[in-house]
Amino acid sequence: MIRSASASLIVRVTARTVAPLIQVFALYVLFHGHYSPGGGFQGGVMIAASVILMRLSHGTRATQRLLPTSAATRLAALGALMFLLVGALAFRYGGEYLDYGRIPLADSEPMRRSYGILLVELGVALACITALVSIYDDLVGARGHGDGRDV
Amino acid sequence: MTISWARAVTGTDAMFEFFRLHFAHVCIVVLIAIGFFGMVAKRNFVKKLIGMSILQSAIILFWLVSAVKRGATIPIMTEEDLNAAAGSVDSALAASVDPANYMNPLPHTLMLTAIVVAVVTSGVAIALLVRIYRKFGTLEEDSILEQL
Amino acid sequence: MRPDLVEHSPVLIPLLFLGGAMIVILLSMLRPRLSHPIAMGVSGLATILAAFGLERVVSGGTIHYHLGGWTPPIGIELVLDPLSALLVLMMCGVGFLVLMHARRSLPSELPGREPPFYALSLLLLAGLCGIVLTGDLFNLYVFIEIVSLSSYALLGVGSKRAPLSAFRYLVMGTTAGSLYLLGLALVYMQTGTLNMVDLGEILPSVITTAPVGVGLTFMLTGLALKSAIFPLHGWLPDAYTDAISTATALIAPIATKAALYAIIRILFFVVPPNYTTELTPIADLMCVSAGCAIVYGSVMAMGQKELKRMLAYSSVAQVGYIAMGIGLASPLGYLGAVLHILNHACMKGCLFCVSGNLRYTIGHSYLPKIDASVRRRMPWSMAAFSIAAVSMIGLPPTAGFFSKWYLAKGALEQGRWILLSTLLLSTLMNAVYFVRMFEQIYLRPTPEGESGRAATGEAPRSMLVPTLVFAALLLILGLANAVIVAKVLEPMLGGLS
Repeated sequence: MIRSASASLIVRVTARTVAPLIQVFALYVLFHGHYSPGGGFQGGVMIAASVILMRLSHGTRATQRLLPTSAATRLAALGALMFLLVGALAFRYGGEYLDYGRIPLADSEPMRRSYGILLVELGVALACITALVSIYDDLVGARGHGDGRDV
Repeated sequence: MTISWARAVTGTDAMFEFFRLHFAHVCIVVLIAIGFFGMVAKRNFVKKLIGMSILQSAIILFWLVSAVKRGATIPIMTEEDLNAAAGSVDSALAASVDPANYMNPLPHTLMLTAIVVAVVTSGVAIALLVRIYRKFGTLEEDSILEQL
Repeated sequence: MRPDLVEHSPVLIPLLFLGGAMIVILLSMLRPRLSHPIAMGVSGLATILAAFGLERVVSGGTIHYHLGGWTPPIGIELVLDPLSALLVLMMCGVGFLVLMHARRSLPSELPGREPPFYALSLLLLAGLCGIVLTGDLFNLYVFIEIVSLSSYALLGVGSKRAPLSAFRYLVMGTTAGSLYLLGLALVYMQTGTLNMVDLGEILPSVITTAPVGVGLTFMLTGLALKSAIFPLHGWLPDAYTDAISTATALIAPIATKAALYAIIRILFFVVPPNYTTELTPIADLMCVSAGCAIVYGSVMAMGQKELKRMLAYSSVAQVGYIAMGIGLASPLGYLGAVLHILNHACMKGCLFCVSGNLRYTIGHSYLPKIDASVRRRMPWSMAAFSIAAVSMIGLPPTAGFFSKWYLAKGALEQGRWILLSTLLLSTLMNAVYFVRMFEQIYLRPTPEGESGRAATGEAPRSMLVPTLVFAALLLILGLANAVIVAKVLEPMLGGLS
């Protein structure tokens, strides 16, 4: 019941209008994380909120194209792996782990650290989005096995 | 008129001063008490979970309150500020890049992590509650203890 | 080993586990069969790296690893000194052996859900290694919560009661974590630093102020609940008993020990030396709680008929021994506590593996029914059980004797007669109980009508090898005890009271 689309036209149209606005603002928050309040977790949570809004108003099945349920947990692992690998890149260039200053991304050290943190924040955002949507999907039973066995 | 009423309610001037100066801390203590009460006294597991969540939020707020300084500005300093202040003798500009005039950003950063921990804890707790509901059919502590 | 790899080992060990967990999740759809080899491979590599790290630290000195290139106290550092190197090796080793044991025992208890289980186990091990390696108090909180969250999830599956006990554990554990965070806020507000070494230098001047006093108390109380020290142990028996035996085998030997390590680190190496003895009654309180824990745990364990429940209560008693070492607040107490952490890990690892073997072959671990027929059928498992029992009683040359010896010497030196007598009393109670078990296993004849049961033999090799390795480790640790104390533990005593 909670997985089906909402019967009200107002809810569906409003959600369709508001979700892209949420996502644009979330991208703004995400890309300003290393420079002003914001960052991967905050932006990721907002994008996840927009996806869950669409799931709630249009039903889980119709929004599978937005974020497939089966891929959610695996994408979360991918996001975390991105974080780990960017940190490990620092090994290659002779520094300690997470020492973004050594990775040759820009000319000055603060800018290198800035871009390094940006890459890391992208991984964190991916992990947050997919983890939160995956929690929602499990709670409404969208990942059911069809035979009544609980996950 | 409100102040004299408040003075009458709280009893003394000193106590009212205490509440006025430490208003945030008093609110946080009240929140912690509400959270503990929910966890201990309520019989429904979801209400216990809500109490726990209130407790965690109160402690996060406590860290944030510790970051505030009187008259300080937000902890962001751009290169233009630095360059402008470097070449001038204006005392106001020099004060604008003095680290002591900025809020402490460290508690905010640490609390980002703590908020993530709180969110994930709630997620795991709700997952466990879903399993408990599927196995016992209820989320009231008394009914579950009867079934055991 | 290439020198740079060992130098980076403080960060590589948790990283290996984290990366392994992510890869297990990524591959769980395509190749679920690979999850166990990946888990074993990762923990094996981490154990080897930890062994090299211990060898490097003992010969070369402490390694301070500055994450991100930022020097402390601005940055977070990971510290590999003899104590943390020893405990990291213990965590990785126990994890490796239990994951090996899980190859057969897990599919029989939790069919079809192995990849998530292995991913959670790797996350648990990553958090445990992080707790032991970190040199920053907030980083400690983060890793403690990682360990706790993984344990809530691992302990919450299997039987009907498991999610209930896990939920109780969750509420109590999260309250404890929040209490730790609150205390840390107070300490940070007064001192301005979170780095352990830096805090140790600043504390003597502010130790008598109210925020620091209250803050440290909150922090230690939160950690005490996570370690299941006596009055705060209520979550442990139910949570460990109702879970599947593989999960308990992974969590019981090592998870509570990490929180105890945090207490040892704070009380012995961060706060000034006279803090626990003169400034606060912490030492006396710990001794009282240890005595109660030892008596309560031993008595409750003896009354249990089911092996897993008995082991859960005995864990409460063993934590009591370690708390006694902390409460003695002297070099002997420190030695006793750390040695007992090692011994308890091997003892409980062995006993939980035996319990898993029993459940796998004969389907139950109900103690009154374990008689000579079981011993004839599973001679090796029963032999390992006997060695672990001897170590729990505390007879030489097993490891259990030596930790109790140091604890007894420490209690004697301070004239704590009640504590000494509880130690001896519990040893006696354990002796009575286990000799009764030996008589049951080795001497009691099989009752009529059961001798015709077809003996399908011992547990499979992948379950038997970890059991025997744990039992062998108990003997090796006992015999090599002097080497461990001299090379690894004594050098840390330089900065102690």
